Amino acid sequence: MSLTARDLGLFAVMGVVLAMVAMFQSPQLAITILNMSLISAIMALGVNMQWGYAGLFNVGIMGFTAVGGLAVVLIAQPPVPEAWAAGGLGIMLGLMLGVATILASVIVYKRMAPGRLRGFAIFGVLVVGYLLTSQVFGPAKLAVQAVNPASEGYLGGANLPVILSWPVGAVFAAGVAWLIGKISLGLRSDYLAIATLGISEIVIAVLKHERWLARGVNNVTGIDRPVTRPVDLQPLPWVQDLAETLGWSVSQTASVISGLGYSGLFLIVLGILIWLAERALNSPWGRMMRAIRDNEVSARAMGKDVTRRHLMIFVLGSAVCGLAGAMMVSMDGQITPGSYEPLRFTFLIWVMVIVGGSGNNWGAVLGAFVIWFLWVQVEPAGRWFMDMATSGMAETSELRRHLLDSAAYMRLLTMGLALLLMLRFAPRGLIPER
Amino acid sequence: MSAFLIGEAMTGGYGGADILHSCTIAVEKGEIAVIVGPNGAGKSTAMKAVFGMLKLREGTVRLAGEDITSLSPQARVAKGMGFVPQTSNIFPSMTVEENLEMGAFIRTDDFSTTMEQVYELFPILRDKRRQAAGELSGGQRQQVAVGRALMTQPSVLMLDEPTAGVSPIVMDELFDRIIEIARTGISILMVEQNARQALEIADKGYVLVQGANRYTDTGQALLADPDVRKSFLGG
Amino acid sequence: MEPLNALVSVANFMLVPALAYGSQLALGALGITLIYSILRFAHFAHGDTMALGTAAVIGGTWFLQAQGIGIQPLPTALLALPFGILVMIGYLLTVDRMVYRYYRRVKAKPMIFVMASLGVMFVTNGITRLFMGVGETRFEDGGRFLFTVREFREWTGLAEGLALRSAQALTIITALVVMMVLFWFLNRTRAGKSMRAYSDNEDLALLSGINPERVVMITWIITAILLVLAGTLYGLDKGFRPFNYFQLLLPMFAAAILGGLGSPIGAIVGAYVVAFAEMGITYAWRRVFTYLMPEGLEPTSMMQLLPVDYKFAVTFAILVIVLLFRPTGIFKGKVL
Repeated sequence: MSLTARDLGLFAVMGVVLAMVAMFQSPQLAITILNMSLISAIMALGVNMQWGYAGLFNVGIMGFTAVGGLAVVLIAQPPVPEAWAAGGLGIMLGLMLGVATILASVIVYKRMAPGRLRGFAIFGVLVVGYLLTSQVFGPAKLAVQAVNPASEGYLGGANLPVILSWPVGAVFAAGVAWLIGKISLGLRSDYLAIATLGISEIVIAVLKHERWLARGVNNVTGIDRPVTRPVDLQPLPWVQDLAETLGWSVSQTASVISGLGYSGLFLIVLGILIWLAERALNSPWGRMMRAIRDNEVSARAMGKDVTRRHLMIFVLGSAVCGLAGAMMVSMDGQITPGSYEPLRFTFLIWVMVIVGGSGNNWGAVLGAFVIWFLWVQVEPAGRWFMDMATSGMAETSELRRHLLDSAAYMRLLTMGLALLLMLRFAPRGLIPER
Repeated sequence: MSAFLIGEAMTGGYGGADILHSCTIAVEKGEIAVIVGPNGAGKSTAMKAVFGMLKLREGTVRLAGEDITSLSPQARVAKGMGFVPQTSNIFPSMTVEENLEMGAFIRTDDFSTTMEQVYELFPILRDKRRQAAGELSGGQRQQVAVGRALMTQPSVLMLDEPTAGVSPIVMDELFDRIIEIARTGISILMVEQNARQALEIADKGYVLVQGANRYTDTGQALLADPDVRKSFLGG
Repeated sequence: MEPLNALVSVANFMLVPALAYGSQLALGALGITLIYSILRFAHFAHGDTMALGTAAVIGGTWFLQAQGIGIQPLPTALLALPFGILVMIGYLLTVDRMVYRYYRRVKAKPMIFVMASLGVMFVTNGITRLFMGVGETRFEDGGRFLFTVREFREWTGLAEGLALRSAQALTIITALVVMMVLFWFLNRTRAGKSMRAYSDNEDLALLSGINPERVVMITWIITAILLVLAGTLYGLDKGFRPFNYFQLLLPMFAAAILGGLGSPIGAIVGAYVVAFAEMGITYAWRRVFTYLMPEGLEPTSMMQLLPVDYKFAVTFAILVIVLLFRPTGIFKGKVL
């Protein structure tokens, strides 16, 4: 772990800033920012593996985090027996038929000689497969969604400890990444970008509309949490004592403690990941990855299977994003597919990586802290600024109201500018690669 | 020396170590000068230096007595130098005629007579003028490339291995065309891998070794020189 | 069996909307493909730039409406188009000067350009929302229909009706005219040919005395025109929401790649293929088959292959198929 005094100083400044938020704004806000920063740091770490180590451009971070989030529902939620009885079998069978259709068409593609006949055969397999699948799947899906739709209407999960969902989320994301990587790696570099952009939109569409899976836009709430909830902490005597000594309200104290619990968990995960990532980066494997990134042609000429290496790192990085996605859902205790926005979940992470310093794990972490802090704070700052700027206008002025309303979008502008300025004037980021 | 085009005592390289060491290349009006030499001798580099695609540390390039050492390649084109690169020397998705038009891009006058002259020189191009240049055969593409460079009505035409990768028959034909071009008063400076055939048509030959002049003489004299024959022409 | 009614039904609910949508995509994809062939990067800010251009046109429309100027029965927005185009030419040239030109000079890798275009996307997005918010804005005025379902039924006496909205008709006609002008420009003018030459062989274009900065400038100007037209027509047709424009990015890229990146004709063909596939696969065919099947055999289900929510999945599937089987696209674009 090679951190210079300057890097440590930058982290210290960030710590002081957060402490000031705790003092002048509220401790809860500071904890919320800290926790989200930690999660973002993990996402940024995943992206940094892909971009910083291998130069792969992933524009589908949102999709990988969402898939990771789905794992939380599927692992931690109790199953819904009525729903399983109503259509569980049908859905499983339908999914299997779908997979079988694709496999069958792949087999036809591989076995038959190229030609018009093969095209027809594949088309036929797909049509028949589609009809069969929809015959089985459609009614089962409707049946499941009809079971107690106000609070359930989905199959539920496996009722396992929620912490288990974190690695599972990583595996889910890795699976999706493998598929995408298999298709688009080895072609030109921007094809991967476009393919990941597409898959992330589709993941969100599936999450929103397949209500049997995770209730779609109706959201799954009240998911079991890995840390005691503030409500359950409040009646505890030691919490009440602590509140009294600190002079805070009991609810405030409870939520700070609960939040700190998450911070601890996240820190452990982040620590392990950084340790692994640093070790990997400085191993022969890491050196090879960077050699490939810096000169793909000569690496290929030396007989390295560049595409396979790329696939590997792409899957690994995406898995880390999935892990972060699962962590985020389990912190919120709910999954809300409607809230997944590409600007927030994909492009903001990119700003973090670039600002922090691509190719440097610590840089990605610092970038995540800085950018998330700005993301949270620029909006109120923008509002305040607009308020000041328009204070000369009448209270009822249409323009003033419009400007105040639009202050929220200042942060998009700020983030874009931050990205452009860093890219232009300090392309190596806050903590450069070494 | 007062040659029409001369790169005198050129020394320089791409950034790092020097490739050319006080190398001199010159061509007279209406003559053919050929640069030959073993692989890696800096033949193409010498030509690129004359054309300004390489920054010289020492030496000068003069065209018709004017010092053009500091001019960019584009500016040299405007001064009357035409250059045919060895590879990717055409616009593949554009038609033959459009290729020629692009060659004349910097001209503001009517260039239809020049195009007519190019078609006279390479009749096959007239037949194929509506075809995409990328679809033509290797020899025809070389003709397009030379034709494109002629569109500016240059006083000097520089060719970087024009016969690389074409069949012997096509090569002979190309050399014939090049002689024809020279007869119209255009000076030709050319780098060639096929040293023997090239020296046969050359008024002047330069044998380069490791970026420096080894032998300089008329083409016939070099062909007759036993040392040159032994070392560079395979006996 | 009533094939005529079936045909009218398909035309009304699928063919006409898909034709309009495809035309809008084509104008957008043309911009992507042009930028790709000249500046050689995937322009991720395309959707959001389109939104900003439309916002400028909407601003102009509001101004004109407030002045009481209009061109009934055509939408006032058409009158505001030149204003929007000028604004976007200024914007794109400014962005190029401040952002991309530097990377051209240092010969940065294509991915750096893409990254920069992400930053531009953010900024553009922010500016658009500053002006327009995130909600939907409708700015279509003038006659809404060339003819309505009712009128069509009265003329033809068919059970099914066909309506042609003026925004749709306008889109299709404008797109055709613009494409023709663009091809004339690229194939017949000196500037257009110099663009093609630059796209074909950058070094040789330089040797021939073509000024790259000029080619880049012309490219941005054309892109601005295409963007504003595409965005405005899309907005007239479906209403203006910034996020929808961002989401157009995927179908536009899919269209450009399907046709072959760098090939203008490919971008157009690709756009229509994407539009018809999206519409066709998410369209409920029940009504059509009710007319086509003999009595007693009418379909009972919706006969919809995929719900409308999955139209991006269709686009994506097309993209995947192209990447798997023919990464150069139908018209053999560049695979640099």
